[in-house]
Amino acid sequence: MIEIHDLHKRFGDHEVLKGVSLKVEAGEVVCLIGPSGSGKSTVLRCINGLESYEGGEVRVLGERVDRHAKSIHDLRSSVGMVFQRFNLFPHRTALDNVMEGPLYVKRMPAESARREAMVLLEKVGLAQKADAWPAQLSGGQQQRVAIARALAMKPKAMLFDEPTSALDPELVGEVLTVMRTLANEGMTMIVVTHEMGFAREVADRVCFLHSGSIVEAGPAVQLLSSPQHARTQDFLRRVLRPQV
Amino acid sequence: MTAFFQHAVDFLPILLQGAWVTVQVTVLSFALSSAIGLVLALMKVSHWRALSLAASTLINLIRGLPIIVQLFYIYFVLPDFGIQLSAFQAGVIGLGIAYSAYQAENFRAGIEAVDSGQLEAAQAIGMRMPMVMRRVILPQAFRIALPPYGNTLVMMLKDSSLVSTITVAEMTRAGQLIASSTFQNMTVYTLVALLYLVMSLPLVYGLRRLEGRLAARKT
Repeated sequence: MIEIHDLHKRFGDHEVLKGVSLKVEAGEVVCLIGPSGSGKSTVLRCINGLESYEGGEVRVLGERVDRHAKSIHDLRSSVGMVFQRFNLFPHRTALDNVMEGPLYVKRMPAESARREAMVLLEKVGLAQKADAWPAQLSGGQQQRVAIARALAMKPKAMLFDEPTSALDPELVGEVLTVMRTLANEGMTMIVVTHEMGFAREVADRVCFLHSGSIVEAGPAVQLLSSPQHARTQDFLRRVLRPQV
Repeated sequence: MTAFFQHAVDFLPILLQGAWVTVQVTVLSFALSSAIGLVLALMKVSHWRALSLAASTLINLIRGLPIIVQLFYIYFVLPDFGIQLSAFQAGVIGLGIAYSAYQAENFRAGIEAVDSGQLEAAQAIGMRMPMVMRRVILPQAFRIALPPYGNTLVMMLKDSSLVSTITVAEMTRAGQLIASSTFQNMTVYTLVALLYLVMSLPLVYGLRRLEGRLAARKT
């Protein structure tokens, strides 16, 4: 469903991605882990064309991702994205945030857009907050609305860019629960995360990135329990037992 | 003092007619300056370099010229090129253009103050750029730009008196005419000043309320 082949990306002199290849099948959940600055988020942003790339190729559903192509808008609406900082539209209510895409991008009739949006808010456990403004919601609630907003476009795959990193610890669980449900329903997901527990439990595969390359990739439990590469071992040791 | 009120009763109808013209000039040129300003601001934030350069050049040109000179140019010089405008039309267009530069800067600052994550979130659900602007960026930019925007409206109400220089019979011009024929300078200009305050103070108050209302909804 998503194929990345030898992806190269640079910001000025800094080469952020040095030939990343990754293939994600329909229904698969893949977690990208690695230290900050390793290029995890950039990989994700290349998949829906928020970022351009200089070398290699990204294909989604067989179609080449090109940030400047006319087709990029259709492609983006078939790949949902959830951001670290939620990025809800602050001038619209929770319900309107979810309806925005179906109503204006897909030009769905208002009544059915509203009905579907309510179903999605129900699904993320926020039906009672439909009329709340984003600023009235906790971080965890905002992120769940953001997930509902992405799902409203009926995407074939979902990209999560550190969805719980900006949350207070006690709010992480509610977001992970929603994501777990999605994974169990068979949604294709690529998740950039520092939640190793989530990766172990939900991911089919985990890829460890270090300074722009995938250093190690494999089935979640295997990679997280018995990493082969020294850098992976080092990283996991730090993450799992934070040094004070 | 009684003389003041007697004269006031005589002058007020004429001044109120002038005040009505002032309101018309202000509203029309404010609308025009908003429209041109928005176009200039969108050009300026565009990724197309030629567009943003053209916008910057125009903005600097307009800002670098005194408003009166622009009004004179439109009213007295354009007829030489076959463009005949009434004093009222020239006044509205002149003020509208002169103020569009400031409006453009207000709008541009507002647009650039909107979090970049908003653009990405809108793109991520498949929106094209015009829709991103219309549905996501501009409504937020407008809220950010509202205080300077309102300020511009108040300034415009006062600066509409500049069109008196090209014979538009707005309130200041009406006052001038009465004063020069009756020599009641104190009465006339006190009335003119009071009438400006009667228009501008409620405007200032109303704008502050509006800002407060919009801010309250965000929290």
